[in-house]
Amino acid sequence: MRMLSFMNRNTKEILRDPLNLAFGLGFPVVLILLLSAIQANIPVEMFEIEHLTPGITIFGLSFMTLFSATIIAKDRGSSLLQRLYTTPLTSTDFILGYALPIIPISVGQCIVCYISALILGLEFTVNIVYAVLFILPVSVFYIALGLLCGSIFNDKQVGGICGALLTNLSAWLSGIWFDLKLVGGAFEKIANMFPFVHAVEMERAVLSGNFADILPHLWWVLGYAVVLVGLAIYFFLRQMKRQ
Amino acid sequence: MDAIKIENLTKKYKDVVAVDNLCLSVKKGELFSLLGVNGAGKTTTIKMLSCLTRPTGGNAFLNGKSIVEDATAVKSIIAVSPQETAVALGLSVLENLKLMCGVYGFSKEKQRAKIDELTQLLGLEGVINKKAGKLSGGWQRRLSIAMALISEPEILFLDEPTLGLDVIARSDLWDIIRSLKGSVTIILTTHYMEEAEALSDRIAIMKDGKLLICDTAEKIKEKAGTDNFEQAFINIVKGVAK
Repeated sequence: MRMLSFMNRNTKEILRDPLNLAFGLGFPVVLILLLSAIQANIPVEMFEIEHLTPGITIFGLSFMTLFSATIIAKDRGSSLLQRLYTTPLTSTDFILGYALPIIPISVGQCIVCYISALILGLEFTVNIVYAVLFILPVSVFYIALGLLCGSIFNDKQVGGICGALLTNLSAWLSGIWFDLKLVGGAFEKIANMFPFVHAVEMERAVLSGNFADILPHLWWVLGYAVVLVGLAIYFFLRQMKRQ
Repeated sequence: MDAIKIENLTKKYKDVVAVDNLCLSVKKGELFSLLGVNGAGKTTTIKMLSCLTRPTGGNAFLNGKSIVEDATAVKSIIAVSPQETAVALGLSVLENLKLMCGVYGFSKEKQRAKIDELTQLLGLEGVINKKAGKLSGGWQRRLSIAMALISEPEILFLDEPTLGLDVIARSDLWDIIRSLKGSVTIILTTHYMEEAEALSDRIAIMKDGKLLICDTAEKIKEKAGTDNFEQAFINIVKGVAK
């Protein structure tokens, strides 16, 4: 009940911000439309709808990091958290209260992307449902990253780090916009050490029905998610004590 | 009976002693003001008493409950209205009040009754559906106090509640604080001398983490050899009081 009240508040704060809606839901859809239009004129395998959509659903999750980091950093900057720390809310209530509302938003964003893709010609198969489900572990990774950044940085720093740096990392190292093999060498090796490309490849495997290809990528995503959840909890509790 | 008993409360940050062996007591239902220049240790004292910061030494008992050994019990009987306005800006006034009812686990009936009572007490009826972020500073401060009162606290900490408010908004808030006197023990910190003098039963003046004096406004003026409370404060802090 206590945690639900806090969760409810966080959901409202996130969804009532028009910029969040524009970037969280609007931007990925615009990207699908734009790149599909390019694809229609200059066919590129990379931007074929069944290849592009899983990538966009992952890229869109970088905004979830921005949402979670921003709300925590803003709360830390105001006295609201200080007030709430003097109430019976526990540290678990706080962490879950910040993280859980963003999971349905992530799923919602993913569904909106797939609906757009279906309109643009993506064939409907049950794999779309699986692809939406496999978004869950990836969203945990992105949300935990936001929890971590929000616990360390202030709201202005969060804007730069999560808004600019992370979205760029997520774009460059994910193989969404270009094939990493084309660059090869150290760049490809570095990209493969991050979870972004693995998340995209996992989603592509799920959507295409190549379930055997899911596992190696899923381990990367889960590994990063577990480590980040641990780090996020540690740093959140640390800032809580400092407050 | 004492609502608050502070025994040798100390807080050190590396080499800085923010609060130094503070000893004092506050009676039940009393409105007690903590005064001091910036860095005197007022906010640190409030943070320790409200279990936001752990003391480095000493202890304090709030209605018999230790802030060191029984922080959870202390949190259940206190409420804090922090220095800055602590409201959820994206929520309406009603939603902010519901949020606080929720975190204290109130039933629907109790929530409705409490919100009705506080809306009336703080005069929030006209702005109940307005977003907190769209309210003026004075209204946000009222909401902040209403949120602090939701839990029916036995002890209420008001950290500079009228900072930055215009004369009318301040006067309105004074009336609200006066109306709470007796039913709730209130610890008030402020930089406005006239506020402390007008509202407080007793006043403590701190400097460099130490308690300089603790008495009624009248007695403090008497001890400082002046009729003016602000001058008395200056004399005491500068060490020129008799």
